[in-house]
Amino acid sequence: MSDNSLRLVWIYPDLLSTYGDQGNALVVERRARQRGLDVQRLDVRSDQQIPTSGDIYLIGGGEDRPQRLASERLIRDGGLSRAVSNGAIVFSVCAGYQILGHEFINDLGERQEGLGLLDVVSTRGEAERCVGDVLADIDPQLGLPPLTGFENHQGVTHLGKTARPFAKVRFGKGNGVGDGYEGAWNDTVFGTYMHGPVMARNPHIADLLIKLALDVNALPPVEDRWYEALRQERIAAATQPA
Amino acid sequence: MAGNTEPLSPRAKLAVTAGKAAAAVSRAAGRGSGSVIGGRVALKLDPDLLARLARHLDVILVSATNGKTTTTRLIAEALRASGPVVSNALGANMPAGITSALAGGSDARYGVIEVDEKYLAGVARDVTPKAIALLNLSRDQLDRAAETRMLAEHWREGLAGSKALIIANADDPLIVWAASSSANVVWVAAGQEWKDDAWSCPSCGGVMQRPSEDWFCAECGFRRPTPSWALSGDHVLDPHGSAWPIKLQLPGRANKANATTSAAVAAAFGVPPQVALERMFSVQAVAGRYDVVTFMERELRLLLAKNPAGWLETFSLIDPPPTPVIMSVNARGADGTDTSWLWDVDYTRLAGHPIFVLGDRKLDLAVRLEVAGLDFHVCESLDEAVGMAPPGRIEVIANYTAFQDLRRRVGN
Repeated sequence: MSDNSLRLVWIYPDLLSTYGDQGNALVVERRARQRGLDVQRLDVRSDQQIPTSGDIYLIGGGEDRPQRLASERLIRDGGLSRAVSNGAIVFSVCAGYQILGHEFINDLGERQEGLGLLDVVSTRGEAERCVGDVLADIDPQLGLPPLTGFENHQGVTHLGKTARPFAKVRFGKGNGVGDGYEGAWNDTVFGTYMHGPVMARNPHIADLLIKLALDVNALPPVEDRWYEALRQERIAAATQPA
Repeated sequence: MAGNTEPLSPRAKLAVTAGKAAAAVSRAAGRGSGSVIGGRVALKLDPDLLARLARHLDVILVSATNGKTTTTRLIAEALRASGPVVSNALGANMPAGITSALAGGSDARYGVIEVDEKYLAGVARDVTPKAIALLNLSRDQLDRAAETRMLAEHWREGLAGSKALIIANADDPLIVWAASSSANVVWVAAGQEWKDDAWSCPSCGGVMQRPSEDWFCAECGFRRPTPSWALSGDHVLDPHGSAWPIKLQLPGRANKANATTSAAVAAAFGVPPQVALERMFSVQAVAGRYDVVTFMERELRLLLAKNPAGWLETFSLIDPPPTPVIMSVNARGADGTDTSWLWDVDYTRLAGHPIFVLGDRKLDLAVRLEVAGLDFHVCESLDEAVGMAPPGRIEVIANYTAFQDLRRRVGN
């Protein structure tokens, strides 16, 4: 983070932008600009090099084959791992979340190596696919209001010793291993199964990433008025599944 | 390509009769046209009925993510130049609905059949079509549908070895991948505005290169085939290079593309482009879509858009600002219950229009538009939204069940 600018990197829109998760980039970008930051957003396609100088990196969900291709290309590129070791912030969703772990099951049904930036391992769930609205309580250490999102995944994710659960579900499946946990995080790397997109329903997460990038404890409020109404509606919907 | 005149077996006749009776009961009970329940009853009595009914017809199948109902109508109108047509014109596009539609057309020569993407390979096996038109494939209802590329793969496997003539869009890499397992393909340059489901090569996964209208994979050489038909502005270019004017009552580039594909299909059955295109002019509204209705002294144009590709094509056909735009979004079962796709639509294209949002999921749309930096009004009902707009034309865009709600409200 230098002076007044924020470098926001949207990773592999050609492979991992299938479930509306680019909304996360739009929300972070808008909320940073509303705080007077000069945002440089970089969309990096999978045949381009990942810059190592970004402040916040976002990765979205995708289908099974693009997920495999993305993981292969991210490992080959190496830029994201270098950025994280320099202190960059990464927020990942669904297929992107699995890629940040040690391994996941690919479209060929094989175990596929991930980046290992989160201490998690994903396998294929034996139960039916997790689909629907979710309500969860975010790790109190992060100081955020409840998490609302829409999940749609077959994979389940097991947390290792150094990964903290991002949230604990009240309604929905989350990581899907039966312990009630949803997502994972460590210092600056976050993963979740939540679409919606998650930042549209939880703009406080966008603010958290911006605060981490700026290394500040608070941000001035913004005037946008519709997030809260949507949150309340979706939280109510999650507690009364169809 | 003449039909065969072997009569239906007694069992098939019984199944058709029972199906019609069930449909009549369903209609009497006020549950829609009854075509799906009728088809279900008939198929239960005679599981081979669909194949048997189709044996008497030259069958043309139409499938795609967007435009299949309209294209089915356009092809049906064009082919009527050459003989009677039976068609599932109301969009009941799964096997039961298709069976019901075919059972209603014992004197027809042609069966022009819209098929849901998931059922295409199975229906193509059952009815031995003479031709199959494939328009486009893109993300749609991902909380319950197959992945888009998997669907293309499924078509590719299902169509390999089919004797049907495939009429396919050369501008959609997923369609080309699906169609190119067939021996007999007519490529149509029909265009495809939405590109975000085909950035990786369906064959090898390489990154697709897209210089202007062309596309190719630099890694494996999979590339856009040379089309023999093309949409060029307001004209259809036929394989001889002749340009035929498109005159439609239906708006938009996407419908010109649908007309181009339909002209190519019609030509395969001996109907010349000029005749086919003239006949297509008579198509005014398709199952209520594109209909202009008078409501509260305004002219509402009803537009259906179910997924990001559909919204993109719709934005390109609406009247410019200051024409008001009303958008209604639901997320019931038939719509897909995840609204995340709203974020794949570039709503900044609506800048300058007065915007009104409604529907079950108006708050999702409100956040989306707020983040896009647009001004808009959130309304409780269509009446409220229309009342806030000045007299004149209003563009009303809705997804599937929201569209049905609107049609009911305006009495269409």
